[in-house]
Amino acid sequence: MKNILLILRREYLVRVKKKSFIIMTFLAPLLLVGFYAAVIWIAIGSTEMKTVQVLDKSGLFATQFKDTDELKFKFITNSLDSAKAQFKSGEDNALVYIPENVLEDSEGVLIYAPKNVSLDLKSNIEKTIERQIEDIKLTEAGITRKVLEDSRVDVKSQTISLSDGGEKSSSSGAATAIGGICGFLIYISVFVYGTMVMRGVTEEKTSRIVEVIISSVKPYQLMLGKIIGVAMVGLTQFVLWILLTVILASGAGYIFKDQLGNDPQKMQAQMEQVQKGMPGGAMNPAVNAASGNDPANAVADILAAVGSLNLPYIIGCFLFYYLGGYLLYSALFGAVGAAVDNEADTQQFMLPITLPIVFSFVFAQMALRDPDGSLAFWTSIIPFTSPIVMMVRIPFGVPAWELALSMVLLVLGFIGTTWLAARIYRIGILMYGKKVNYKELAKWIFYKG
Amino acid sequence: MNILETHHIIKDYADHRALDDVSVNIPKGSIFGLLGPNGAGKTSLIRIINQITGPDKGTILFDGVPLNENHIRRIGYLPEERGLYKKMKVGEQLLYLAQLKGLSKRDAMDKLKVWFTKFDIKTWWDKNVADLSKGMQQKVQFVSTVLHQPDLIILDEPFSGFDPINANLIRDEILELRKKGSTIIFSTHRMETVEELCDHIALIHKSKKVLDGPKSQIKEQFKTNTFFVEYRGALNGLENHFQVSNTRQLESGLTKSDIKLPVGHTANQLLQELLPHIEIYSFGENVPTMSDIFMKAVNEVPES
Repeated sequence: MKNILLILRREYLVRVKKKSFIIMTFLAPLLLVGFYAAVIWIAIGSTEMKTVQVLDKSGLFATQFKDTDELKFKFITNSLDSAKAQFKSGEDNALVYIPENVLEDSEGVLIYAPKNVSLDLKSNIEKTIERQIEDIKLTEAGITRKVLEDSRVDVKSQTISLSDGGEKSSSSGAATAIGGICGFLIYISVFVYGTMVMRGVTEEKTSRIVEVIISSVKPYQLMLGKIIGVAMVGLTQFVLWILLTVILASGAGYIFKDQLGNDPQKMQAQMEQVQKGMPGGAMNPAVNAASGNDPANAVADILAAVGSLNLPYIIGCFLFYYLGGYLLYSALFGAVGAAVDNEADTQQFMLPITLPIVFSFVFAQMALRDPDGSLAFWTSIIPFTSPIVMMVRIPFGVPAWELALSMVLLVLGFIGTTWLAARIYRIGILMYGKKVNYKELAKWIFYKG
Repeated sequence: MNILETHHIIKDYADHRALDDVSVNIPKGSIFGLLGPNGAGKTSLIRIINQITGPDKGTILFDGVPLNENHIRRIGYLPEERGLYKKMKVGEQLLYLAQLKGLSKRDAMDKLKVWFTKFDIKTWWDKNVADLSKGMQQKVQFVSTVLHQPDLIILDEPFSGFDPINANLIRDEILELRKKGSTIIFSTHRMETVEELCDHIALIHKSKKVLDGPKSQIKEQFKTNTFFVEYRGALNGLENHFQVSNTRQLESGLTKSDIKLPVGHTANQLLQELLPHIEIYSFGENVPTMSDIFMKAVNEVPES
């Protein structure tokens, strides 16, 4: 036992003191927050006044184009040709031509610009014209704009989880987001830290230090010390990341509060613009689902929804599955490292180990959409896929017996793979020059030491 | 008093038998040479003593007690294929290895200070192992082997990779360790070191032990009762029972011959025989070297 602790300590310190670890730990949150902050900053900063000339031959829009912070409309009355000539020699951004017969032929509107017209400007102009034409047509039909808007209803359902504990308001959006993030984190960690273990084992073989070490400790002690040591490294990095991201994000949020000021419409416009440019994946649909299509309230809604989920329970489960999944797979990675002589040969054994991990991720995506389906059920119970899939299901609520079964099987799973790996490890670390295949590995497993 | 006894060890691997009924006794305080051709089974035996693997049959006694985990800290091992963690610092790594052998951190630090001064390598403490040359790394590894003052030190080809100056350093250390009471098992192909250092030897060939005993005794065993003489003149007309062989010309202009003494005859008788015929410059007994003994012992075992 003391040996395992000694080994664990060395494995941990050696990796945590490495420059690459320190840089990654501080760089990743910085990059993440910095990237988002930069985009928001630019979006806010770029208020460039654009001037648009409007040549309205129909006479219907004289009062319809409203100036905003970014757009200024100038009405002109020349003929089209002279307007075009004048525009070319001028500094304005665009020239809009509305033909006389626009009510009948809505496709006659022309927008001239020195370069391509931005979609925003185009849609702004189109919407304004549409709205006015609609109003005119409605008025002709005897309906006012107000009547039309009253008839529009924005249905926002509120999800409430009904269980033995009573009614609790829940949020599907937040559950999806959190489930997705957790699953993804476990997926990445198993790969990153699993291969860290594998490389450590192969390094010890190549440098031949392993023979000295196992004249002092038993092979399984070396293997376990390494696995647990790397687990600690992963947890450390993870905790530091969370802390740093939270600190940096609040700092950035504080700075931006001043910038955005009290203009909710401006903030809404900025947020929309930001969201459009954002690589977001599952996040954006979740954010939109969580709060309707009102980004300005998105953050508040998310926070409320997250609060409605049982955070300590989720975090506890996350830690369990994070560790369990890692332990299960890192033992196998370690066995591979012991079976080969150098890193290049590890490829042939990697496939059967990485396949279940990748499949877990795929099943997890499906489980996000149908958390209680039978696919989700089975893959959240089987130890090879459960760490990722069950984690994704948990924010949606999982019956206690299913969770218990999954956890017990996962524990049995990693005990099993650790036992198997130790049998391969004890022989593999002293074996050089032999071309190892699965038959050979099987021999090692059953060899009575 | 034996520090180690192996009784009838049998070790099988999947496709061959590595050790076949090997029994050796290592006397306390001796320098014991474990010899044999490559693949003979020496490394298997060493691994069994280090409890890296176990025997299939047979027992091992350490200091009179069946070999167990507590003995790990009383044994030091320098494997033939040397290696240390490349990316660790020297001092840190030696501390780690010492602690794995059961030393407390403080104890290890004290002992390390002594060795670093003795080997004059104080500046190496904070260096990465990867920054040291091969010879320097082996010096460091030697320190790790003996730091915990083990009762039994097993050295597999300890001199390989050392220049003559450092080889001398190691040799002196080995002698000093023996003086302090440690027993040393020495596995090597370099017969001149066996000649110089060992007092007991055992030779393992094709998984069997073929020689075992004090070096002087073994040499006695392999004596061919042959004498050499360097002379001027010609050896003709010698009595028939003196077999003359291997007559060759030396650079100095002298002739050298080997003469075998038949049973019952003494060196004096031979000399008396030679005196009238030749002018003798040098005369002595051909004591077999370890190299001779090795080759003879290995070649005498029939191919199985």
